[in-house]
Amino acid sequence: MTAFTATVEVRLKRGVLDPEAETTARALERLGFELEELRSADRFEVDMDAASAEDARERATDMAERLLANPTIHDYDVSVEERT
Amino acid sequence: MTVAVVQFGGSNCDRDTVQALESLGIDADLVWHEDGLPADTSGIVIPGGFSYGDYLRAGAMAARSPVMAAVREAADGGTPVLGICNGAQIGCEASLTPGAFTTNESARFQCERVHLRVENGDTPWTRRYDEGEVVEFPIAHGEGRYEIDDDRLADLEADDRVLFRYCDDEGNVTAEANPNGSKHSVAGVTGERGDHVAVLMPHPERVTLADIGITDGRGVLQAFGD
Repeated sequence: MTAFTATVEVRLKRGVLDPEAETTARALERLGFELEELRSADRFEVDMDAASAEDARERATDMAERLLANPTIHDYDVSVEERT
Repeated sequence: MTVAVVQFGGSNCDRDTVQALESLGIDADLVWHEDGLPADTSGIVIPGGFSYGDYLRAGAMAARSPVMAAVREAADGGTPVLGICNGAQIGCEASLTPGAFTTNESARFQCERVHLRVENGDTPWTRRYDEGEVVEFPIAHGEGRYEIDDDRLADLEADDRVLFRYCDDEGNVTAEANPNGSKHSVAGVTGERGDHVAVLMPHPERVTLADIGITDGRGVLQAFGD
């Protein structure tokens, strides 16, 4: 078994309104920053032992499908790194 | 024959719901989620509140608790199931009903009375109202904006599975009368299993007792007395 950290990033699908991100963008503008658009995402880092990077990715993908993301409104990305 | 009102840590409309049901002559009991559903369960309410502190997404944790497998099984067998507010979020997260309830367009928690138009007067939850009738219920939510992809929404509407839409006091469904930015102003829907499974964000149990002044919510809860 090898130690991995799987990172799952969950974000709203394009086209789904994100009122929190819009509020954050407006607050940045009030502070004088110039920006076009702001998107936010949730990032989960999951430490795990797995036989291979592929196994770790599969497990993290299953976690995203079953809990971390809601497929009705979210897209997600999974990346895996060996933990040293 | 008792309606089970399922309590999670953070439920807070559970006792109101029992009181409202009992005021209508319907037996109801609080059921702690870890205890499972009693054998004589004749109906199920997933009540409002903030189960698990709305961690991750409102309803996400409760939807994956073991009792929800029992709720799905009961729903498969025809037991009426109603999710109210946080219960509606849980119902969608648990795939009892389609779509998702997410952050209000205002990004704020909203606690106010709203008008609803009865869209389908031929379900257990709405048969005491006329189609097109306007009723007044309160909402109290931060994540009540109904989201669903366009194709599934079209199917839902084609199948007449929208129970209520937000409207003005004359029944006009307008952007101004939509309190949270819900797609097509949807406030409540029924599930794929049949119209005995339903969720809605507004609170019928808060407009059921005569002391409250408005009793527009009775018709929804009376479904459990059928």
